[in-house]
Amino acid sequence: MKILVLLSQVPDTTSRIAFTNNNTQYDASGVTFIVNPYDEWYALVRALELKEAAGTGTVTTITVGGADTEATIRKGLAIGADEAVRVDAQPTDAMQVAEQVAAYAKDKGFDLVLAGKETIDHNGGQVGAMVAELLDLPYVPLASKLDIAGTTATVERDVPGGVEVLEVSLPLAIGASKGMAEQRIPNMRGIMAARTKPLTVVPAAAVSEVARTVQFELPPGKGAVKMIPAEDAGKLIELLHTEAKVI
Amino acid sequence: MSTIVFIDTRGDKLPKAAQEAVTYASQLAGGPVTAVTFGNASNLESLGAQGASKVIVARGVSTVDGQQLTKLVADVAAQLNATTIVCVHDATGKAVAPRLAARLKAGHVAAALGLPVDSRFKRNVFSGKAQAWVEVTSPVKVISLMPNSVAIANGGGTATVEDYAGDLGPARIAVKEVRKAGTGIPLPEAELVVSAGRGMKGPEHWAPVEELATLLGAATACSRPVADMHWRPHHEHVGQTGVAIRPNLYIAIGISGAIQHLAGVNQSKVICVINKDPEAPFFKAADYGIVGDAFEVLPKLIEAAKKLNAER
Ligand SMILES: Cc1cc2nc3c(=O)[nH]c(=O)nc-3n(C[C@H](O)[C@H](O)[C@H](O)COP(=O)(O)OP(=O)(O)OC[C@H]3O[C@@H](n4cnc5c(N)ncnc54)[C@H](O)[C@@H]3O)c2cc1C
Ligand SMILES: Nc1ncnc2c1ncn2[C@@H]1O[C@H](COP(=O)(O)O)[C@@H](O)[C@H]1O
Repeated sequence: MKILVLLSQVPDTTSRIAFTNNNTQYDASGVTFIVNPYDEWYALVRALELKEAAGTGTVTTITVGGADTEATIRKGLAIGADEAVRVDAQPTDAMQVAEQVAAYAKDKGFDLVLAGKETIDHNGGQVGAMVAELLDLPYVPLASKLDIAGTTATVERDVPGGVEVLEVSLPLAIGASKGMAEQRIPNMRGIMAARTKPLTVVPAAAVSEVARTVQFELPPGKGAVKMIPAEDAGKLIELLHTEAKVI
Repeated sequence: MSTIVFIDTRGDKLPKAAQEAVTYASQLAGGPVTAVTFGNASNLESLGAQGASKVIVARGVSTVDGQQLTKLVADVAAQLNATTIVCVHDATGKAVAPRLAARLKAGHVAAALGLPVDSRFKRNVFSGKAQAWVEVTSPVKVISLMPNSVAIANGGGTATVEDYAGDLGPARIAVKEVRKAGTGIPLPEAELVVSAGRGMKGPEHWAPVEELATLLGAATACSRPVADMHWRPHHEHVGQTGVAIRPNLYIAIGISGAIQHLAGVNQSKVICVINKDPEAPFFKAADYGIVGDAFEVLPKLIEAAKKLNAER
């Protein structure tokens, strides 16, 4: 089984959010970058588990990004991916990223393409589905469970009020969310092995721009919190009704 | 030049998100729009009140196969020469809107927060810690509306309902089973949410949390460790790696307010925090706060909620 995992690089979850150049650019100074949690904890680990269960196959990761993403990419190799690909382009929009991934993947015959549910910086939840369309694959977003028997995949996905159990033939693309696997911490052997695993850099394909982010802003700060003494806690319900008018 | 809107109308009544999307599409268009949907919903005429002049429904399609649905919307878009296609940023919309954009080579704005300003759409980035303004440069636009971000219009019109006559081809995704998880209100749609964290000490202490939620007509949620320890089901986990919600009211009990938790709830309109530690970071994000022991505060809230319910 040939599996492709889309790995993106995002600021660490505790990073300070600030912008530069007249609020047109994310200020990355002093920020630590990590693999997007959905990509690492769920998509990549499930890919490795499926390969291990099958006893054969390869797990390739692909990242659209500059040379600064290589440390993040090595983390994926240390966790256990066999090889990594970096498409040399700065991500600017979901469609641009998807076209780069699709251009690489289109004639490689992947059985499974795993993306994360969404990136925790861009929060679009777009790239996986776009890649699926460009490769003419079925796609299940928000998948919380993935099992494969032969050429049939059973996928569970969370929907409002419940869980849908779906059946799809390979090849297939998935947007991985929580539940699909448990986070794996790379061990020393993995980290050493990652240094010598192949990381191939491919040039960007020519794509035309369809959308771009022009400006960022920070939300207005909250007003002061209104404190209610614990003895008088019932007052909260009254204020929610009469003052905030939400109940 | 026209605007169409794709909605999921499954459920006992027309979903709120569908009515919001039709309202939004007709505001964007500055007039009536055509809505596209699938399945067996009745009462589709009533979407006229939100600004749909016509609803095209693919009756036979009951599964959520993103490819079939994408073809459906693309077909209607081609017939009507649509340049703006509105979707909802929900489970169905996430399977369709980005695909549709890729198919039409259209720019896609995911989770738009409202009407554009100077043709720029606002959306949340960094898990709600900032917002971005996005410009679509392609001739066709796909805009996915964030649920709970526009007020539903209630005009007087009635939409005509028409069956989709095209062929969507075979479904590649089959639904084997649907399991109901949890009871009551699904979290992403809930307007009121009562949530609790590790401060509750153990799953056996959740009865008052549930009682308060029931009295208020709220859904229940929890922090990540609570779900990880299996005190509560996983679908209740809110935050960066769980469900992101933006209810009108979020009550957090015994939750410290870690940045990853806040990322999923900071868009709530009113936040109330109950924590015995006055230094808990959650108070900085709160509108109302009570410093106190949850086991003493909850009975007081329950009593007050009962009193309020009796009065109205
Ligand atoms: C990459 C990453 C992603 C994450 N994603 C998420 C996520 O999506 N959602 C999430 O929730 N977390 C997430 N976390 C975990 C997060 O960092 C916190 O560890 C977690 O939110 C803490 O949960 P808690 O507030 O319930 O528990 P604690 O931090 O243990 O806080 C318990 C609180 O209860 C209070 N308390 C104790 N007893 C009482 C009492 N009797 N009455 C009143 N108050 C009491 C305490 O003062 C304390 O503030 C993530 C972490 C990482 C690294
Ligand atoms: N620059 C990128 N390189 C590789 N994969 C990406 C990139 N950006 C996003 N993805 C993948 O697409 C998923 C959804 O991203 P997004 O549409 O940005 O929310 C992520 O979880 C990744 O798996």
